Amino acid sequence: MTVQSYTFAYLDEQTKREIRRALLKALAIPGHQIPFASREMPLARGWGTSGLQVTAAVLGRGDVLKVIDQGADDTTNAVSIRQFFARVAGVRTTTRTEEATIIQTRHRIPEMPLRRGQIMVYQVPQPEPLWRLEPSRAETRRLHALAEYGIMHVKLYEDIARHGRITLAYDYPVLVHGRYVMSPSPIPAFDNPKLHRSAAIHLFGAGREKRIYAVPPHTDVVPLAFEDHPFRPWKADAACMLCGATESYLDEILVDDHGTRRYLCSDTDFCERRHTSRQAQ
Amino acid sequence: MYVSVKGGEAAIEASRAVLADTRRGDRALPQIAVAQIAEQLGLAVDRVIGEASLYDRELAALAIKQAQGDLQEAAFLLRAFRSTLPRFCASLPIDTTRMTLARRICATHKDLPGGQILGPTYDYTHRLLEFGLLADEEPPPAPQADPPVAAELPRATAALEAEGLLRREPDDNSPPPDLTREPLSFPAPRALRLQALARGDEGFVLAMGYSTQRGYGNTHPFAAEIRYGTVTVEIVPEELGFPVEIGDIAVTECQMVNQFRGSKTEPPQFTRGYGLVFGHAERRAMGMALVDRALQARELGEDVVAPVQDEEFVLSHADHVEASGFVQHLKLPHYVDFQSELELIRTLRAEARNQADTLREAAE
Repeated sequence: MTVQSYTFAYLDEQTKREIRRALLKALAIPGHQIPFASREMPLARGWGTSGLQVTAAVLGRGDVLKVIDQGADDTTNAVSIRQFFARVAGVRTTTRTEEATIIQTRHRIPEMPLRRGQIMVYQVPQPEPLWRLEPSRAETRRLHALAEYGIMHVKLYEDIARHGRITLAYDYPVLVHGRYVMSPSPIPAFDNPKLHRSAAIHLFGAGREKRIYAVPPHTDVVPLAFEDHPFRPWKADAACMLCGATESYLDEILVDDHGTRRYLCSDTDFCERRHTSRQAQ
Repeated sequence: MYVSVKGGEAAIEASRAVLADTRRGDRALPQIAVAQIAEQLGLAVDRVIGEASLYDRELAALAIKQAQGDLQEAAFLLRAFRSTLPRFCASLPIDTTRMTLARRICATHKDLPGGQILGPTYDYTHRLLEFGLLADEEPPPAPQADPPVAAELPRATAALEAEGLLRREPDDNSPPPDLTREPLSFPAPRALRLQALARGDEGFVLAMGYSTQRGYGNTHPFAAEIRYGTVTVEIVPEELGFPVEIGDIAVTECQMVNQFRGSKTEPPQFTRGYGLVFGHAERRAMGMALVDRALQARELGEDVVAPVQDEEFVLSHADHVEASGFVQHLKLPHYVDFQSELELIRTLRAEARNQADTLREAAE
């Protein structure tokens, strides 16, 4: 048994069709979680099996794939997933955001604005935004059906009462198209505004939890907040040590044993290009 | 100065090579043949085909070899392979009364038609290390049963059923759902629950079953029958319209009967917990039967008070491919989210410090 005996993009055609049906339904009902019979993939559950399945379902031979984890193209899991598709689908891969037609991501949205025709595929560990408040998914399904989001507003209110502010820094819940509360996946709250009326298609897959949901282009995606406590994204108040960017999302690194901190862009493609153009000058 | 925290293709490639080398072990020793694993580590193969829901002993043995004997990893490998296989038809239900028996025991009756057949089991071995195996000692030939076991042996529960003492299983004739093709949803029909338990982690299913014996959702079980052997699998090809045998599979079946005091709609009677799994896996089948009975609480009007009776809890956490993956995904980088948490906690601490300072100044 060799690699050649697998079909294009690994999954059998029936399965890919089934996932595409779920994706179409998800796009038709923005932010609504569609159950699907998630398959086991040759990658551990929780490591992006949903992303693999969604990407496999939408991938064509002409596509150009970019895979990032924590914003970086060279993190181990991003490398592993990129290699997987190069191997089972033979598609062209890239690290350049604007060249990619499909971007599979874990925990970040690229800094460069996305354009029409691009598809973002998010790896989602926990599709249910209410799970910390109500563990039963049978019950949360009911709450979504009734648009009964009181528990979430109470949680945010309690945050303010206790800490003076909403203490959610990532996986910050959003209201999609004025109807469904949705988890944007564990992207930093900093990235939430990039989803609002984005020109790209955003597909979210949760393989272990067997859910697919989506945000079609030009859809309202509004972080939950209160009038007197507006949404506030978090970001280190610093500049990238390589490219000097202050407007991008930064990762903190420790450079010695005395707790000295430096900052680097989390989006490696964004950083490298700024870095190179600065050096050229 | 800047220490790279990021991987890179070369490091990953090297890691894979080290893994392959570690798996090979001492190269002075011959490699284990996949056929040897299939033949001599048969119970490991049984666990893997069960948890993978794929009856292919050779590929399971290959997975065990590839996973260095890590059976959860092996089941995962086989499941991932299963995802690539198209489904071309469903078999007819297997008939376990027509099982070619290797073993059949009953704990509720001293004797019964067909008798007790001990077969191959560790139950009556003394758990003493057999040092002869160190020297590859060959065992003596096994004795042959005489006369041969009947071709068809009714289940030990048949008499209870005939007397009306054992609850009839309701059958609404709806086709059973397929857990591997449709997502699990709640409330889950029993057919779906049994599928999830049959492929669930053996340790988890065993522990949940065990919890019923220690007061968390007591089901008063008796092992009415455990049978192990091979059954014929038949399919009806569309173009033929009649059943065709496609092979034999080994399965273990367990029927527990459980006391039931009756409800508003049902008289006192015994109820059944059922376990059916690939291969020879009695521990798994028995655990499954205990959990199956506990999960009937809702249908039988019993109070749902213990974890094992909560189907969403049990079925959502029974699968080790999911559990293992998600627990271990914590090894993946999380520095983007951690960064946001860092900023947040520093802000909260600064605010708390300012508040304390203001209070102290006011007090002074």
